[in-house]
Amino acid sequence: MSSLSVSSNGTSKYAVKVDDLSITYRTTFERKPTLKTALVRFGRGERAVKEVHAIKNVSFEVRNGSAMGIIGANGAGKSTLMRAMAGILPPTSGSIEVWGRASTLLALGVGFNNALSGRENIILGGLASGLSRKEVEERADQIAEWTELGDFIDMPMRTYSSGMSARVGFSVAVHMRPDILMIDEALSTGDAHFREKANAKMAELRESARAMFLVSHGLGSIKEMCNEAIWLDHGTLMMRGEPEEVVDAYMKFLKVKKSATTTEDI
Amino acid sequence: MTVARRAVEEDFNPVYHQYGPHRAGLPPLAGYFRELWHRREFAAELSKASLRGANINTFFGQAWLVLNPLLLAAIYYLLVTIIRQEHDPAFFTHLTCSLFAFTLVQTAVTSGATSVTGSGKLVLNTAFPRLLIPLSAVRTAFFRFLPTIPVYLILHAISGNPWSPLMLLSLYFLLMMVIFSMGLAAIFATLQVYFRDTSSFLPYFVRLWMYLSPVLWAPEMLNNMGRTIRFLVELNPMYAMLGGYTDLLQEGRMPLDYMWWASAAWAIGTAAVGFLFFMSREREFAVRLV
Repeated sequence: MSSLSVSSNGTSKYAVKVDDLSITYRTTFERKPTLKTALVRFGRGERAVKEVHAIKNVSFEVRNGSAMGIIGANGAGKSTLMRAMAGILPPTSGSIEVWGRASTLLALGVGFNNALSGRENIILGGLASGLSRKEVEERADQIAEWTELGDFIDMPMRTYSSGMSARVGFSVAVHMRPDILMIDEALSTGDAHFREKANAKMAELRESARAMFLVSHGLGSIKEMCNEAIWLDHGTLMMRGEPEEVVDAYMKFLKVKKSATTTEDI
Repeated sequence: MTVARRAVEEDFNPVYHQYGPHRAGLPPLAGYFRELWHRREFAAELSKASLRGANINTFFGQAWLVLNPLLLAAIYYLLVTIIRQEHDPAFFTHLTCSLFAFTLVQTAVTSGATSVTGSGKLVLNTAFPRLLIPLSAVRTAFFRFLPTIPVYLILHAISGNPWSPLMLLSLYFLLMMVIFSMGLAAIFATLQVYFRDTSSFLPYFVRLWMYLSPVLWAPEMLNNMGRTIRFLVELNPMYAMLGGYTDLLQEGRMPLDYMWWASAAWAIGTAAVGFLFFMSREREFAVRLV
């Protein structure tokens, strides 16, 4: 595993390489930072910058063709890690190398503007991620069809249920023909039919994409879909290995009994 | 984001990205602007979507774009008439001409300010040059301004102002105002991320700014003003831009040389400063918006 990461012709056997990555947020205490509170604080001589160590010295590499599950408690840094690999959050130290175009589906859906219809959100998301208008319009129809939302696709997204927007988000991520697919909690709100369809689609993509990342609290789907897993706890990489082992260790750590409910929803 | 993404056709040569630590530095400019240009369709679509969201494509939505500035002009005209105690229809033409243009800048700046904070999920979930967001707000403001041009031309004809080929040159000042707005939109969008009350201060700032611009008064009146006011007014970038614009469009006369170069200097300078400020901060936006 620790041989040359880049071969002579410039291609790599790795899809993603994360090297000693740390991400520290500096944010203010307030939910909404305002000039008024900043002045008040300044008057009192306070400093309100709080450092959040979201990721601490994490290193791992993902080979081509891997499907990696990322597990951990809420706030463990899973989504931060994915955003960093997608180039959205800059590392504080360390580096990330990514070979390929990443498609992200983070925190349920692309729908950022609730006043717009699902289709308009799909088009905007596609254009933002760098596709041309022609490519986007071709795909928007495929995506709309795949979601099976019928007429809802042309209704404002504020009329959607959470499961419906999850469908749109998932469908966008998988239809952008990404080299590296990142899926964050997308399956938790879908119904049985959608989960099955999404699982089938992910299995299909696992063949074509260079790598896949799946963040899920559904430990069952991690075991089923992934051939590798990492476990993050408070920003630290606790374990990496076979999904079975990592999931077992994680459950042991949480001291929860293995039952049907826990494997789907922890 | 820093490395240009290739088209999908180049799947055989996988795109390589390396993300290293950086806090406030600038991304490589050539690559950034190439990416920006590559995704200009996104800014256009974002702007179209927000116009659709404001029901601009309906009849009353369109009518409102014309009615709103006209009503505003009528209110200001009433105000000015009462204060000056004289009725001057020619002044109404000046008022609409400059008020419509000032509203363009005002809309661009105020909607640009909230553009980044208002697009939370998009910034959180997609990597793209963020500068597209305020630029898209400026595009929206421009498209809201367009329907007021024919309205002005009708008023121009009614009040019997001269028609001259020089009027076409007013497009230069319009362009400068648009470039100037882009820079301001970028600056205020960045400030809004750090201080969410920026957009609450902004209307007061903009109103003060309008009173210092030749909207409610004609540039000729400047000579009657005190030295401090004159100094402030001449320092105001909108004085040169609006002054040149109304000279050409309304009077059909050549503005002073000073107005040409001062407009360009302000516009290009503000855009350069605003863009660089925005770009140096934009990688922190995702963290600040969480």
